[in-house]
Amino acid sequence: MPLLEIKNLTVKFPSRKGDFTAVDDVSLSVEPGEILGIVGESGAGKSTVGNAIISLLDPPGYVSGGSVWLKGERIDDLDENLQSAIRGKRIGMIFQDPLTSLNPLETVGAQLIETIILHLKLDEKAARARAVDLLNQVGIENAEERVDQFPHQFSGGMRQRVVIALALCSDPEVVIADEPTTALDVSIQAQILGLLRKLCEDRNVGMIMVTHDMGVIAEVTDRVAVMYRGKLVEIGKTDDVLYRPTHDYTKSLISAVPRPDKKVDRFPLVTYIEDVTERPDDMKLSDMWLGKTRDYEDFDGPMLTVENLKQDFVTKRGIFKRNHKYFTALKGISFDIKQGEVFGIVGESGSGKSTIARCVTGIYEPTAGDISICGADLNKLKDKNRRNYYRRQTQMVFQDPFSSLNGRMRVENIIAEPIVFHKQAADKAEVKKIVDELLETVGLGIGAARKFPHEFSGGQRQRISIARALATRPRFLICDEPTSALDVSIQAQILNLLKDLQEELGLTMMFISHDLPVIRQMCDRVAVMQSGEILEIAETEALFNAPQHAYTQSLLGLMPKFRH
Amino acid sequence: MLTFIAKRLIQSVLVMIAVGLITFALLRFVGDPISNMVGQDTSVAERAQLKEDLGLNDPFVIQFANFAKNAVQGEFGLSYTLRVPVSQLLSERIPATLELSILSAMLALFIGMPMGIYTAIHKDSWLTKLFLSSSLVGVSLPTFLIGILLILLFGVVFRWLPTFGRGEVVDLGWWSTGLLTWSGIKSLILPTITLAIFQLTLIMRLVRAEMLEVLRTDYIKFGRARGLSMKSIHYRHALKNTLIPVITITGLQLGSIIAFALITESVFQWPGMGLLFIQAIGNADVPIMAAYLVLIAFIFVAINLLVDILYVVLDPRLRTTVGD
Repeated sequence: MPLLEIKNLTVKFPSRKGDFTAVDDVSLSVEPGEILGIVGESGAGKSTVGNAIISLLDPPGYVSGGSVWLKGERIDDLDENLQSAIRGKRIGMIFQDPLTSLNPLETVGAQLIETIILHLKLDEKAARARAVDLLNQVGIENAEERVDQFPHQFSGGMRQRVVIALALCSDPEVVIADEPTTALDVSIQAQILGLLRKLCEDRNVGMIMVTHDMGVIAEVTDRVAVMYRGKLVEIGKTDDVLYRPTHDYTKSLISAVPRPDKKVDRFPLVTYIEDVTERPDDMKLSDMWLGKTRDYEDFDGPMLTVENLKQDFVTKRGIFKRNHKYFTALKGISFDIKQGEVFGIVGESGSGKSTIARCVTGIYEPTAGDISICGADLNKLKDKNRRNYYRRQTQMVFQDPFSSLNGRMRVENIIAEPIVFHKQAADKAEVKKIVDELLETVGLGIGAARKFPHEFSGGQRQRISIARALATRPRFLICDEPTSALDVSIQAQILNLLKDLQEELGLTMMFISHDLPVIRQMCDRVAVMQSGEILEIAETEALFNAPQHAYTQSLLGLMPKFRH
Repeated sequence: MLTFIAKRLIQSVLVMIAVGLITFALLRFVGDPISNMVGQDTSVAERAQLKEDLGLNDPFVIQFANFAKNAVQGEFGLSYTLRVPVSQLLSERIPATLELSILSAMLALFIGMPMGIYTAIHKDSWLTKLFLSSSLVGVSLPTFLIGILLILLFGVVFRWLPTFGRGEVVDLGWWSTGLLTWSGIKSLILPTITLAIFQLTLIMRLVRAEMLEVLRTDYIKFGRARGLSMKSIHYRHALKNTLIPVITITGLQLGSIIAFALITESVFQWPGMGLLFIQAIGNADVPIMAAYLVLIAFIFVAINLLVDILYVVLDPRLRTTVGD
C-alpha cells in the first residue's frame, strides 16, 4: 500500500469563459522514504496538485473529481476540522519563497512552539526544547540563541531551513515541497536539497518535490512525473525519464535545458511549445533598417573598459556624512570587453553583478573608478549631444519582464520612444516602419504593435524589451539575467534570438547570469564574481574545463548534475 | 531605541517652533495690537508709551523669544472681545472637547475594528454586505447633516435625548466632566455618535482592506498548511500584521477629531474649543486663534510621536534598524 496515493485527480477553476481544467485526471503515488518529483513549466498545474492534496486550493478552484488517500484512508472528502488535523501533523508543506513564508512579527521560536503545541500537545517548555532541537537538525547554529530571533534576522537560506523545521515539527509522514530552492543561490540550494534528501532517508518520509528545474529533479528525486497543461504526460524512474524520455513533450523540454558540459551552436528548436514564432527565413537583417550601416565613428581598443570601479551604498544615514555607514557593492574591479565579444559575468546574489550593469549604463553614479565606452568616459563628457551619441550605442535588457515595461503604453510606443528621443527617424511613418520591422525581427509580428504589455506572456514581454533595446541600433547590449524569470523552453527561444542578433549585427554583449550552463552557451569570456570582487576572468571553455580559483571550482561542482 | 525617540523629539520641537513662528506672525502682523487694546480717544503719545511698555519696539527675535516663553507656559494674552486671559478660556473648554473626541475615537475604534475584521473574514455573508453598504452612507454623508438628522430623530420626534449643551457638569477643580451625571451622559450621546460615524466607517473599511491583503500572504497560507486553527490564523497572525498601517491612520484621525470637532460642536452648541474658535474667527479675536493653532499643532505632533513609537514597539523589523 503506497503512503500517499492520488487517483484520477481533476481540479477546475471556474471563469467567465467556462471552467478551466488546471489538473486533468492525474494519478500518482508516493512510497515511504521516496522523493517523487513533479516537473513542468508554469501553468502546467504542478503546484495545484500539491495544494489539492492538502485541500488548500486558491479560490475559486475546486476538486471536481478523483480522490486522495493517505495510508489507505481517504482524506480529500473530510470536513474542514479533520482536514486541518492532517495538515501540518501528517502532511507537511514547504513553500517557494522563504522570505514571505514566515510571519514577520513573531519570533521563529514562537511560530515553532505554537505549531508544536498544537500537534504534539506538549507543554511550553518541552515545545521550546523541541524547537531548539529541530533548528539544530536543519543545520542552524546557535539554535538556543537564534530561536528567539525574528525572521528578518535570518538570511534567505536560513529562513528556508526554519520553514523546513516548521514543516517537520510534528514528524509528518508526507512532505510536499513546492519549488523549495527556486529562490535560493546554487550553493544554498545544494545544502537545502542535501538536507531534504537526508530527512527523507532518516525519517522514512515520503516527499513530493514540485519544481521546474531539471537539475533539481536529477539531483534528488527517485521518480519523476512530467506535467504539461494539467495532464500527466510521463512518469517513471528519474534516470529513465531524463535520459530515455518517451513522450515528445518530455523530449523537447529536456532538449531545451542548457547543457553544462559542452557548447552547442543553437538550442534545439522546441517544437512542442506553441507560441513559437520564428523569424521567416527570407528575412535578412542586412536588408533592414536594423542591419544598415550605422553612423557610428570607428575606434580602436575595447568596447568597454572598466578600471578600479568602486560602488558604495549608504546603509545607515548619520547626521553628518562621516557618520554614514556604507556597504561596498563593488570593491574596485577592472575588466574590458572587446568589440564583438560576448562577455559573461557570473556570481551568486549579492556578488555585485547587476551593480556593474547599472554603473555602466549610468543608472548608478560610481563612487570611484573609470568607465569608458567606445573609448569615451561618459562621466567626464560634458557635451549633451556627445553623451547621447554614446548612450545610444549602449542599451540594456532587464531581468524582470513584468516590471520593466510601462503597463500604460502600447507596445509600439514603448519601442518608438528611444527612436524618437535619439532622432533616429525622419517622420512618423518611418518610426512606424522601424517599429514593425523590429517586432518582426524579435518574432512577435506587427500584430503586437497596438497591444499593451499585459496581453503578453513573460517570454513575449522579454522580446518586447529586446526590440526596445535594439531600437537605437546599439553596438553594445547589456543583458541582466534576461531569462531567469522564464520557463526553460521560452529561455531557449530567447537565448537563440539573442545569439542570432549578436551574430548578424555584430553586437558586443555583456551577459549577466547566475546560471552557469546558460553562461557556457552564450559567452566567449567569463568573469566570476563574489562579494564585489572579480575572482577570475577566462575564456569560457578554459574556465569550465579547468577553473583556476577555488570559488569557481566549488561553483562548478555545485552545478546540478544533469547530463544530456 | 532611545536615540530614535530623541531624534523624533528634536524633529517635533522643530515643528513646534515653525508653528510658533506662524502664530507669532499672526498675532503681530494681523491688525495693530495697540489699536485692538485701547479706545478711540487715546493720544498718540500714550500709544507710543504703551508700545514701548509692551516691548513692541524690541527686535523681532526678542519679541519671538518672549512669545515662545509665554506660549510654553500656556500664556497667550487677553482675548480681545472677552477681556479674559486666553489660557483661562481654553482650560474651561478643553475638557469638553477632549471628553467628546476621545469618546468618539474609542467608539469608532471599538466598533470599527471588529466590524472590519468580521467583514474581512466572512467575505460573503449578508451581514458583511449590510455593513459595507451602510458604511457608504457613513462615508458620504457630511457630519453636520448626520448631526441634524440625529437631533431631528432623537431630540425632536422621540424627545429622548437633549440636543444641545453638556447638561450638568461636575467640577473636579482642574477638569469639568459630564460623565458623572445622568444628564451629562445623555448630552454626550448624540454628539459622540455624530463625530464617530465617519471615523468608524473609515476604520472599518481600512481594517477590512488591510486584513484581506494580509490574508492573501504566503505566511498565512503556510500557517494553514501547518494546520493552525482559523482562530489563531485570524487573530494571532493576521490581526497583528493588519494593525501596523491601521495605527497610522487612526492616530491621524484622532488628531483631526480633536481639531475639527468644531462642526459637531457648533451643531450641538457644545461648549468646547471648536465653538470658541469659530466665535473667535467671527470676532477677529487673534489671541484665541493663535492659541488654538499652537494647541492643535501640539496635539498632532504628540500623536505622531506616539504613533512612531508604537510602530517600533509592534514591528521588530524597525526595532533592529533603529535599535543601535
